This record gives sequence, structure tokens and C-alpha cells, in this order.
Amino acid sequence: MANTGSPCNAQPTPPIISDDKSHGQPLWLLAELTYKCPLQCPYCSNPLDFSDFGGELTTQQWLDVFQQGRDLGAVQLGFSGGEPLVRQDLIQLIGGAHEMGYYTNLITSGVGLNEHKMAEFQQAGLDHIQVSFQASDESVNSMLSGSKKAFEQKLKMAKEVKAQGYPMVLNFVTHRHNIDRIDRIIELCVELDADYVELATCQYYGWAYENVEQLLPTRAQLERAERITNEYRAKLAAEGNPIKLIFVTPDYYEERPKGCMNGWGQVFLTVTPDGKALPCHSARMLPIEFPNVTEVSLQEIWDTSPGFNHFRGNAWMKEPCRSCDEKDKDFGGCHCQAFMLTGDMYNADPVCAKSEHHHLIEEARERAEAVVNNPDEFTFRNERNSKVFAKS
Amino acid sequence: MSDIEITAASVPVLNKMFRFQWEKAQNCFVLLYPEGMIQLNGPAGEILGLVDGERSVAAITSELEAKFPDAGDLSGDIIEFLGEAHGQHWITL
Ligand SMILES: C[S@@+](CC[C@H](N)C(=O)[O-])C[C@H]1O[C@@H](n2cnc3c(N)ncnc32)[C@H](O)[C@@H]1O
Ligand code: SF4
Ligand code: SF4
Repeated sequence: MANTGSPCNAQPTPPIISDDKSHGQPLWLLAELTYKCPLQCPYCSNPLDFSDFGGELTTQQWLDVFQQGRDLGAVQLGFSGGEPLVRQDLIQLIGGAHEMGYYTNLITSGVGLNEHKMAEFQQAGLDHIQVSFQASDESVNSMLSGSKKAFEQKLKMAKEVKAQGYPMVLNFVTHRHNIDRIDRIIELCVELDADYVELATCQYYGWAYENVEQLLPTRAQLERAERITNEYRAKLAAEGNPIKLIFVTPDYYEERPKGCMNGWGQVFLTVTPDGKALPCHSARMLPIEFPNVTEVSLQEIWDTSPGFNHFRGNAWMKEPCRSCDEKDKDFGGCHCQAFMLTGDMYNADPVCAKSEHHHLIEEARERAEAVVNNPDEFTFRNERNSKVFAKS
Repeated sequence: MSDIEITAASVPVLNKMFRFQWEKAQNCFVLLYPEGMIQLNGPAGEILGLVDGERSVAAITSELEAKFPDAGDLSGDIIEFLGEAHGQHWITL
């Protein structure tokens, strides 16, 4: 999911300092249908205080949002959450979106799925299923997901996805507890006949940020994993296997930040369970007023809302970004990361070596060398723990 | 795999992984796949639009030559494009 996807989004080429709010179309609409989830991954990117946002859009409200998105040019629709299968009306949402002409993606842990539902979803027009795994073996998977049965269920569902002829993406969030088994992870994906594999190095938002000490791998772990992935790529290609291994770059070990979401409000639009429209799935944490789809039309949200215009152009930038010749490449990096680590979302992403706060990232890397793996230190993503972070 | 030989009798099939459709917002034909989209140029869109698992390369060629009478002999271009499409796993033969 970190992969916002399409190679075809034309990036605007802004001049040196520009308040130009120009933007493309929201090609990617991510519908976070619910924050409910039977699992409790300690790396979950959902907000810590999700229990504060209990309300969910109705079926009709979602369909209405999908149609408005389609009219704005959106073509990819992701059903995510929380666990989207918790929504009893998922099949209606799939059917509606399919009729509108979307390519529909179900992003699921596989828990709550069965072959019967899968077949019904296909009839309704579901195009693709992405199944996430916590690990390549049952014990680590159980430890991370908080469910003993989840692993077997995932295996069964992944096989069924392929048996029914769906394209399948398998997603593994990697971190210090599972990354040393990357060989086994890749082999499992090959056995399951995945079309795409996302080896998604954990991104530190939401629960993952809370658990960063127990998650962040060491540099040696990462380099080893990347090397093994490259060896498998070469080997699989030589065998004529079309499987694609996508290794999502671990930004804590970079010297330049990622070009967040291909630019703020350029191609990506997320709607949260309670209807907040966001330019990226973690932006909810920022001190910015974001519009709600129950109150404002999607067109107005995308084209003119202050929330979506906030980081368009580059007039908002401070030094070192303002005079940096790379600002059109990474847009100053991730504002959420700047906010979480420095308290000021207008700062350069501390991942950048030019940032005066880069030492925070370096210190996290140093701590990773000293940490002893101890699952007891995880704060798991569940309703009870979320109440601790909730305001109400 | 991409060095497969394509002849007039070959029958290309769109890989199940991809969905082909016209996108008004993009003003072009596109191939959609999990979480992604490929925008096709005019000729690529015309050719893939006729790939249905039934038409042979010969049939596709004659239909397009009838549709674009000024374009002359298209068979070379079509075979070349289908070779690339096969290399990208967009089609099987
Ligand atoms: C938030 S989940 C919601 C859907 C479903 N519950 C699942 O886990 O597949 C969406 C996707 O994001 C991935 N993900 C969750 N937390 C992440 C993190 N901190 N970094 C990178 N990917 C993450 C999950 O593995 C999953 O593929
Ligand atoms: S990442 Fe884990 S905890 Fe978060 S929504 Fe998905 S399955 Fe649930
Ligand atoms: S200084 Fe700012 S714009 Fe320049 S590379 Fe670093 S984050 Fe990007």
C-alpha cells in the first residue's frame, strides 16, 4: 500500500519558489471502510487514537464518494481499513465501484474471508486481492497478529485467491523480528504463486511509530535482506518466473527522504471510516483541518480545500528545503515524519541529511544496534490500547 | 520469454492480470493492474482493443488496415508491438 502506484502521473515542474497549487487528478482513491480489525499488528499504520473515531459512513455515502471520485478521474479504488471484510456491505460497495468503471482492489489480512465470499466478490466485479502476512512462519505470525489461527487461514485464502483466477499481491511488512527470514518469505510467495510481492519495510506511522524500537531493523539486517531479494530476483527471472518482488525502501536508512505520495494532493486521496478526506493515510495526525466528505463535495475537497492545498506548491518551505535544488524531487519529504520527530510539519523530513534534525534518525539507527528483540515490549493495536491515546 | 515468434496465425490473449479500458480523464486507452495503470498511445490502444483471444494477428492486421487505409502495410508494426507487449507480460500467445 505504500506503493501509491501508477507510473503515469505527470509531475508538474514548478519553478523555484511557487505558490502554484496546480494538481493532477486523484487517480488513487483509498477507502478505509472501518477501523475495526480482528488482528492487532504492532506495526499497524492506523492512527493510535482510532477508537476516538467510531462513526462509519453508510453504504450510500460510500457509493456517493466513489462516484464523485470517478467523476474526478479516479481509476484505482482500494478497500482497506482496519479490516474491510468487517463491513457487511462490502459486496455492494464492490459492485457499485465496478459498475462505475473502477479497478477494484481488496486489501485484506484474509481473516474473515472464505471461498464462497471470494467467488461472490468476483461476480460483483472485484479485480484483485492483496493478502497481508505478518511472517513466513506460524509462530512469528501468531505473535505479531495476536491470533493463532491467522497464519493457516492466510495460507488457505492465498491459495484460493489464485484458484479463483484473481491477480494476487502478497504483502509482508518487514522489521527486525521477521526480516532475517526474507528468503523463506520469498519462497513462500513463490510457492503460493503470487503475481506481486510487496516486501514493505515498515514505515513508522501510527502504531509502528509507537513501537519503533522493537521494529526498526539494523542496517546489517536491511542490507542482507536487500541483497537476498536481489539474488532471488535474478534467479526467478532466469527461471522465467514473472513474479515481481517489490522491495519498499526503508527511509530510516536513507540520506534523502521519499517523495511523499508523489506530491501532496497530486494523485492520492484517502477517505477515513468516518469520512475525513486526506492526502495520505497518516495525515490525520497533522494540525490541519481536513474536510469531511459528508459536508463537502469531493471536487471542492480536491480542487480548493485548504487542507489539500496546504502543501501544494513550495511557498510553504523553510530552509534547508527552500533553497535546495532537490525540492522538486522529494517536495521536502514526509510532513508527518517531520511533525512526529520535530514537532513542526514545515521542517524538512529528518530523514534528509541536510536537516538539522537528521541526528534523530541517526540516533534511532544507533539504538537499533543495541535493542534486544522482546515481543513483550510491543504495544499491540487494539481497542483497549487505543483508548490510552484517545481524547474522549 | 520475449523472444517468442509471432506469426500471422498467432492468436494473442490479454493476460488475466490486466484490464483494458478507455479512460475519459486520461483521454486514452489504459491497462489496469493491481494498484497501477499503464497509459497506451494511439496505435497500442487500437491493437490491444482487438486482442480478444479469438482474432489472429492476420485478422487484427486486416481490420486495422481497413480502418486506417492511409497507413499502408501495418503487419510489421503490429507484430513488433505484440512482441513488446508479450515481453511486458501484457499478452500471452
Ligand atoms: C493498514 S492495512 C489494512 C488492511 C488489512 N487489515 C491488512 O492488514 O491487510 C493496509 C496495508 O498496509 C500494510 N501496513 C500496515 N502497517 C504498515 C506499516 N507501518 N508500514 C508499511 N505497511 C504497513 C498492511 O500490511 C496492509 O498491507
Ligand atoms: S495492519 Fe494488522 S492491525 Fe492493522 S488493520 Fe491490518 S490486520 Fe489490522
Ligand atoms: S533539503 Fe528538503 S528539499 Fe532538499 S533534499 Fe532535503 S528534504 Fe528534500
